[in-house]
Order: sequence, then C-alpha cells, then structure tokens
Amino acid sequence: MKRVYADLHLCADCDRMEQVSQVVSKASKLGYGLVAVPFRKFFEEQIRQVRETCEKAGVDFASRMDLRPRTPEELVTNLRKLRRRFEVVAVMCDSKTVARQAAKDRRVDLLNFPQPDFRRSFFDAAEAELASNCLASLEVDVKPLLTLEGPARIKLLSSLRREVTTAMKFHVPIVISSGVSDGMLMRKPKELAALASLFDLSGTYSLEAVSKNPAEIVKRNREKLGQKFVAPGIRIIRRGKDC
Amino acid sequence: MKVMKRRYLAVSIDSHETFSSHEFMDAVWGAVSKLFGEYGASQVGLSLIDYDETSKSAVIRTWHKTLETVRTALASITQIGKKPVALHVLAVSGTIKALHRASEKQPIS
Repeated sequence: MKRVYADLHLCADCDRMEQVSQVVSKASKLGYGLVAVPFRKFFEEQIRQVRETCEKAGVDFASRMDLRPRTPEELVTNLRKLRRRFEVVAVMCDSKTVARQAAKDRRVDLLNFPQPDFRRSFFDAAEAELASNCLASLEVDVKPLLTLEGPARIKLLSSLRREVTTAMKFHVPIVISSGVSDGMLMRKPKELAALASLFDLSGTYSLEAVSKNPAEIVKRNREKLGQKFVAPGIRIIRRGKDC
Repeated sequence: MKVMKRRYLAVSIDSHETFSSHEFMDAVWGAVSKLFGEYGASQVGLSLIDYDETSKSAVIRTWHKTLETVRTALASITQIGKKPVALHVLAVSGTIKALHRASEKQPIS
C-alpha cells in the first residue's frame, strides 16, 4: 500500500487565506497527502474555508489546535472546551508541570517542546513514561534545524537526539512536522525523514514519523469525533427499536 | 574487490533567483561539510553531472552508501549567496537514463 505522507504543523496564518492557499498547494506539490493547520480559536467558517482550499489542492485536511497553557489547570479547562472541536490537539509545553499534565492526559495528541530553548526541554524519562501510558506523541519541528546555524544548531541536535532516544526507549510515537509558514522552508517528506537522521532517527522509523504516526492520530480522532463512536472498540452499528 | 555503486540525483532548485553551477556546488559542498565535517565530505564522492540554469535543475552524483548524507545536506540548504532557496530531490537512480525518465514524472515549480 502506498504511503500517505503528512505534515501536521503547517503554521500558516489562517487570517490570511492567500498564505494558507500558497502553503497548502506547495505541500500538495511536494507530495503530502494530509496536512494540519493550527487555529488560534474555534471559527467554524475559517476551518471550512481552509478545508475547501485543501480540497482544491487535493490534500486531506485536519484541523489542529495548539494549546499554550501556563498552568495544568488551564490546560485541563482548555481541553474540556476544545477537544471535541479539533481533530488534532497539540500542547506547547512551556513548563514542567504543564508537560507532565499533558503527557498523562489522554485527550492530548502531540507534545511539542520549545526547541531553540534547550533548558526548557522537559521530555525526560518520567515524561516519556507518562506519555507511553497515554496516547500522546512527541512532535519534532524541523524549522529550527533549517534556520539555526553553528553552536545553536549543535545544541539543538544534541537535545533532539536525547529526546528521540528517550521516546524510542519508552515506545512513544514520534511525529516529524515542518513547523514553517514560509514555502521556501518546506521540504519533501523524504527530505524531512533525511533531516531526522541528524538526530539518530533513521530508516523506517523516520519515514513512519512523517507518514504512519501522524496519519494514525488523525484516523483515531476522526473515529472518536464521529457520531457512531461510543468508546474505544465500541461503536453504534444500527439505531432503532428492534436493536 | 567491492564494487562501489553510484547514485544519480535529479535536483530541482526552487528560487526566484538564478545561480551559476559554481554557486550551486559551493552551497552543496558547504552544507555537506557544515553538517558532516571535512571527513564526512571526503566520503560522499560528490560531482556535478549536469546543470541547467534556465530550468533550474541539476544532476549530481554520489555513492549509494552516502545517498542519505547528500539528501540531508541538500535539505538543509536554505540560501545560496544570501538568496533564499530550497533544493528538492526529484528522483534518484543508478543510471542517468532512468533518472531522466523518473524525474520527468514529478516536476516541482
């Protein structure tokens, strides 16, 4: 079966539809079959417009919400409000307490750590163990790898290598995304996978990180958001009095 | 004696500017040596086979073993001479003839 490549973090500004259109058509040309664009708030009209743009470009679209809570309580409140409205929910972990809460909450799909800031990378063994018991995946944005140079990139690679090794040890799925808003920084899926070899994620693991792992998140959530879903493994097959 | 297999890469240059073949190869060598050092760069056996300034495409040759190294280096290039650029590998093949056939199928403008 042909691999479907996905980029779950196309950071186009949803208020500027021409930028969204440009980035989405570029993603289609580069060979992506599924893209996710993060929204700041829940605007049904905006989501519909982006979905239409993606349909025109021939790319499957998943709505995404990036949460940046300051406290674990704020994260829980936001998840309660927004989880059922978006197909992908990512948490930008700016503090250790938020990172821990996000890792143990089954409603969180992606854990994203502020990469250029190495001291605030909280993906350690404890975090990975919590994430492995839930459904969260580790998201790695490639953008800083392309924009940084010299010692900053060296430190970033060292930090990413540590995070990826920990994730693989605890069987936490890894998702590689572009994290870019500029078409010039977009790369083909195989090129993203090749860049992942810089932090020791190579071979089939890196290809799965741009195809199977993100696609599974979207598939799982679409099933959950569907009207037939009751609980994992249970869904409504038929309605009526004779059931 | 072990035969060293060659691989040819068709590369598309995505930029509003045009670059000479020298500028292009300098950028590729620069990226390889920046990421993998001079020792790594000495192993890739990189050479320019064909370069078309108007169609913004190039064919480069490397060893089968170092294909991923070159692919990584090409992906890391964001500018040539301070002008923004993206290099995309269109096709990889063991012969130039098959490479042209494969690269015609997936153009990136």
